[in-house]
Amino acid sequence: MNKVNPQQGRSSAPSIPKDATPLALVALVVSALVVVGAWAVLWKLHGVLEQNKLEHWWVNALLTLAALLPLLLLLPAVRGLREAGQARAALLRHELIEARVKAAAAREWAWYAIGYAVAASLVFVAIQFLLANDGAVGATFFKLSLIQDSFGLVLQAFWKNVWMFCVAEVFILIWGLVIAVARMIPGRAGSPIRFLATVYTDAFRGLPTIISIYLIALGLPLANVPFVRDWPPEWLAILALTVSYGAYVAEVYRAGLDSIHPSQWSAARSLGLSFSQTLRFVIIPQAVRRIIPPLLNDFIALQKDTALVNVVGVIDGFNQAKIIASNRFNLSAVTTVAILFMLITIPQTRFVDRLLEREKRRTRA
Amino acid sequence: MSFLEIRDVHKHYGNVEVLRGINLNVEEHQVVCLIGPSGCGKSTLLRCVNGLEAISAGEIRMEGDRITGPGVDLDRLRREVGIVFQSFNLFPHMTVLQNVTLAPVQVLKMPKAEAEARAMELLRRIGLEHKAGEYPDRLSGGQQQRVAIVRALAMEPKLMLLDEITSALDPELVSEVLNLLRQLAAEGMTMMLATHEMGFAKEVASKVCFLHQGVVHEEGPPEQIFGNPQKERTQAFLSSIIEAGRL
Repeated sequence: MNKVNPQQGRSSAPSIPKDATPLALVALVVSALVVVGAWAVLWKLHGVLEQNKLEHWWVNALLTLAALLPLLLLLPAVRGLREAGQARAALLRHELIEARVKAAAAREWAWYAIGYAVAASLVFVAIQFLLANDGAVGATFFKLSLIQDSFGLVLQAFWKNVWMFCVAEVFILIWGLVIAVARMIPGRAGSPIRFLATVYTDAFRGLPTIISIYLIALGLPLANVPFVRDWPPEWLAILALTVSYGAYVAEVYRAGLDSIHPSQWSAARSLGLSFSQTLRFVIIPQAVRRIIPPLLNDFIALQKDTALVNVVGVIDGFNQAKIIASNRFNLSAVTTVAILFMLITIPQTRFVDRLLEREKRRTRA
Repeated sequence: MSFLEIRDVHKHYGNVEVLRGINLNVEEHQVVCLIGPSGCGKSTLLRCVNGLEAISAGEIRMEGDRITGPGVDLDRLRREVGIVFQSFNLFPHMTVLQNVTLAPVQVLKMPKAEAEARAMELLRRIGLEHKAGEYPDRLSGGQQQRVAIVRALAMEPKLMLLDEITSALDPELVSEVLNLLRQLAAEGMTMMLATHEMGFAKEVASKVCFLHQGVVHEEGPPEQIFGNPQKERTQAFLSSIIEAGRL
């Protein structure tokens, strides 16, 4: 090993490493506290389960396992402390490089322990929250028997949400494009159309969707508007969602159409293609590829907003869950519909992330 | 009456006057080269000839018919006047074959099979028939530019406008594009090209026009412009080109 005199200047020797022992000690204390806290929470959980007569051998086995897991936190903490000790010993032998390597390792192990300890403590705080009031919180949201009993009913009603957003998405794709094209009609003759389209997008982007649904789905039959008044509330809700989300999607389309370089317009027009032929064959096909990620984002928002149709009495998944919840004074059925929404939307958001990532790689290359 | 007559054409963007009274005649089967420093109005003039830019004053006539001002059917004009751009501007979402057949099918209403047969014939001519199914991003710059030329040729234009079509190419790819232009010139295609390829201009041009500050400062046969320029500005421009080793 290189023996270096710590008195020498930096130009000829490595600098003296800082002692990592305090940090390693902190890590050990934090880990130990989390372990103790975890045991307290698990003990309480055991009590609640006992009360509810949920004591099977495998429940106890799981609890024991859960109690052993936090002990793993101590491993990196102890390891950090040991490396810090070795660093000090190396420093005493004037082996500066070894001391620095050991101290760095000690710090890394200490942070490793602290990071996991913080994450674990958050998990146990969440469990503690569910156990509050002798498990009343947990039972309100996650009463397994009620989730089991109501699942079929909620799922059936949830299909109405799925059907509504599927139908609405088709209409929105068409309607949004119509508005977007209306906003870019050229020339003086097109200016009133452009103006109206702008007013429309501003108005409905400024209006909360729930109010649009309320006004359209309740208002049109109330005002006895011919033709529309006989529509079932589901279709009126789809109309409201289309009108509302059409404004957002029109903006997405417009951004996409704007993003196509003007030279593509020049090239197409110079070949004799008309304005509408240029849009149809050259601009829109390129724009659509670019807007798929933001479009999907809007559709995910739309899918969640189908839950708003309960304000006009459509029995969708959320409304059904609400009915069950008020009959049973327990929200577990609503938890079911919440999980159903997440099951549908999370894969899509992941998919959008991947598309965006791919787009980023493509444009960077 | 000349094939193309450009009379006192002015063009301004806001307060910036780019063209300040251009006068120029192009005869059928002529190759007219526009040379001059950047910003002298070469590209703008070409874009005005096929109506991509509206002129502010003056007029342009083709075969005696006015092609500027109100009431002109620009889509019809553009069927007869093709333009090729510096940056190729192929449609990236279409294959090479689709790029070439789009306008004949949609604008000339040619049956698809016929348009494809003719497009393949043109691609064979430039040796790119094996790339017909590829997308433009799989082609080199020179190949893309040749496809862009063929795309314009597929409309069988009477006049081709070429706007610095080799400026964006790597040096080793320039010749394949210029060779195609030589062929076209030999076949009698009427062409107007803005270019920095002085050697090429010297070789194929029927007439060279030096543009300076928005007017045709000097024009004449290539031997005169390159060999014995009369005006001081032309001499200065050409000597800086020679200094750069481009002539």
